[in-house]
Amino acid sequence: MELLEQFVLGDLDAFETLFHQFQHEVYGWILRIVRDPAATEDLTVETFWRIYRSHGRFDPAHSFGAWARRIATNAALDHLRRVRTLRAEVALPTDFSQGTPPNPALQRETREQVLQCFRQLPAKLQAVATLALIEEQSYDEIAAALGISPGAVKLRVFRAVRQLRKSLTRAGVQA
Amino acid sequence: MNAHDDEKIRKLLRAAFPPVAAAGPPRDLWPAVLRRLDEAPARVPWFDWVFAGVLAALFVLFPEVIPALFYYL
Repeated sequence: MELLEQFVLGDLDAFETLFHQFQHEVYGWILRIVRDPAATEDLTVETFWRIYRSHGRFDPAHSFGAWARRIATNAALDHLRRVRTLRAEVALPTDFSQGTPPNPALQRETREQVLQCFRQLPAKLQAVATLALIEEQSYDEIAAALGISPGAVKLRVFRAVRQLRKSLTRAGVQA
Repeated sequence: MNAHDDEKIRKLLRAAFPPVAAAGPPRDLWPAVLRRLDEAPARVPWFDWVFAGVLAALFVLFPEVIPALFYYL
């Protein structure tokens, strides 16, 4: 029996094989969205837990990777929503940089303002803006991961840029 | 808003948030997934069962409250 068919039946060995095939891809995708390695580990575990829990709903005729990425995106969005709410309540730091140094040409204060304005965007706008503008993923790829059309992705990017520009202007950053 | 403005925002964002380098997890996460799978499913507290029972009894005895309840939900 094929690996995916075994997985659909709930076979734990098949799931483990799939996990080891896809954990890097899922981890990398979540990291791109949430940009926090510690949270990404937890979310990768959460994603595979959700995947196993829904094994019966997976259609083996489709791509497991695309399905996993979609579940990972939902888990990442849930996390961004939680963090956004928490940040509004307890003023968490906005910088979850994961080791890559920021551009030194950008002044620290400006960077802080950009981070703060960006983190104020609704989770779904943050996610598309991160993937499209920072990570330069294609609209088609983002659309597949979010389960929406490429046109809807374009619209979300447009709204994210517009909201970001407004908040940056209010914060005194020329954008 | 034009393409030039969009490019400015893109540059500002990329300077503040450098793109993530392709990276995998620092350790194998399979043991953590297994632990998560082994966790007992969340149990429903006893008072929730009591509440559900009272509601069910109410609906059976006084079905006219159902539309009123939906109205207030």
